[in-house]
Amino acid sequence: MLQIAGWQLRAPSNLTRLLVFAALSIALLLLDARGHHLQKIRAGLTVLLTPVQMLAAVPTRVGGWAADALRGDAELHEELERLRTAQSILLAQLEKYAALEAENAHLRSLLGTSALVADKAVAAELVEVATEPFRRTIVIAKGEKDGVYVGQPVIDAFGIRGQLSEVGMLRSKAILITDPGHAVPVQVNRNGLRAIAFGTGAPDSVSIRYLTASADIKEGDLLVSSGIGGTFPFGYPVARVARIVNDPNESFLDILATPVAQLGHNKEVLLIWPSKAVLAPPPKPAEPKPAAPAKRPAVAPRPAAAAQPPAAAAPPATPAPVPAAPAAPDPSATP
Amino acid sequence: MNPSPDSRNRWVILASFLAALVLTILPWPVWTEQFRPDWVALVLIYWCMALPQRVGVGTGFLAGLTLDVLYGSILGENALAKTVIAFLTVRFHLQLRMFPRWQQAAVVLLLVAGNHLLVLWIKALAGTAPGTWNFLTPGIVSMLLWPWLFVILRDLRRRFVS
Repeated sequence: MLQIAGWQLRAPSNLTRLLVFAALSIALLLLDARGHHLQKIRAGLTVLLTPVQMLAAVPTRVGGWAADALRGDAELHEELERLRTAQSILLAQLEKYAALEAENAHLRSLLGTSALVADKAVAAELVEVATEPFRRTIVIAKGEKDGVYVGQPVIDAFGIRGQLSEVGMLRSKAILITDPGHAVPVQVNRNGLRAIAFGTGAPDSVSIRYLTASADIKEGDLLVSSGIGGTFPFGYPVARVARIVNDPNESFLDILATPVAQLGHNKEVLLIWPSKAVLAPPPKPAEPKPAAPAKRPAVAPRPAAAAQPPAAAAPPATPAPVPAAPAAPDPSATP
Repeated sequence: MNPSPDSRNRWVILASFLAALVLTILPWPVWTEQFRPDWVALVLIYWCMALPQRVGVGTGFLAGLTLDVLYGSILGENALAKTVIAFLTVRFHLQLRMFPRWQQAAVVLLLVAGNHLLVLWIKALAGTAPGTWNFLTPGIVSMLLWPWLFVILRDLRRRFVS
């Protein structure tokens, strides 16, 4: 106990400490949640804690190394064989794809729009799967020095995995599409119906909300990114509709979809730098032939679709968006 | 005056927290995630109970903040929860020490479940509410682990902390 000018200074009581630190926590919460003012501090602390993360990654590394060392010759040959087969199949598909791309570029040049440019992609190693309860995030071994940026799409060979939410010097954190705080604008590949895929926190499902019972969506439908919002480029597979429940008491359908990206599987992910041409909502989303005639009449009362500035407001200025653009297949699709 | 036992005991406490943090972010198969015990809370409760004059609310805050950074959650989320845990444990450390082991474990369940409930509330307020309200499983697993962890940490303390 200290005495200074009649004041007694003693170690603060337990309750005082609680109040002080609780207030500090709440202040941090407000600052971080509301304004994101603490990015710098967080980045610094993350660097400080890198040793802990590396320590936690040791068992996985040792395990992977041991598995590689112990794997038998026969198994490797088998895998080589399998990969060779897959490679030739993929090459064949790629040939067709190249031809399609060329054709697509040609058609677009006829329409006067910029061609879809292939996105630049870089492979990144998954360092760690963050284990915070109820969140779905991963950490990858690419950071500021590799030119990655916050909001960058993260994909794998099958579809969209998520986007970068924090970029450190050497590592970045990506939030997966299944995270409860994540949403991807999607459209049904079959008919262009727009929707939003929200993460649920479960490792293998996203939920499609705000679709009414009249929406044309079926189990098994593939959902691809619609390019709206600008974060994800158009056309990457996101999820496949797994279950649709139509509860008459609810105003919207209860739809669950399974992500097509292998969220829990591979050690490698791809970071893409979408080319600017693709970022803008494409003037002509892919649409199968049968659906087209049905959509034509909808083009006539165009002013109703004024919510789509790129399509509705632009035509006089740029020749780009062709009237066929099914901007709003179902006006009730998204809120 | 001999500084060595003091600094040594600080290292032991720090090392135990470090081990807890590593265990917390150690990769496991995804389905086991919901059963992951709250290692940091367990270690924090032990030290607050055994050495309340050294480990208390401030330590809880720092441990929670570290967790927040490792998780990438909103800063302050776990800090607040761990602050509350530390406060309650220090407040009742005399009673806790007298409890039989199973009763301590029950208190651990309450504390850890309360911690996770608080974190869930904060997440819900921040708009990243998960689809589940399952805040009990980490608490139950922590409760089952408590007797063993207690023995390990007690032996550590007896050996290294004067």
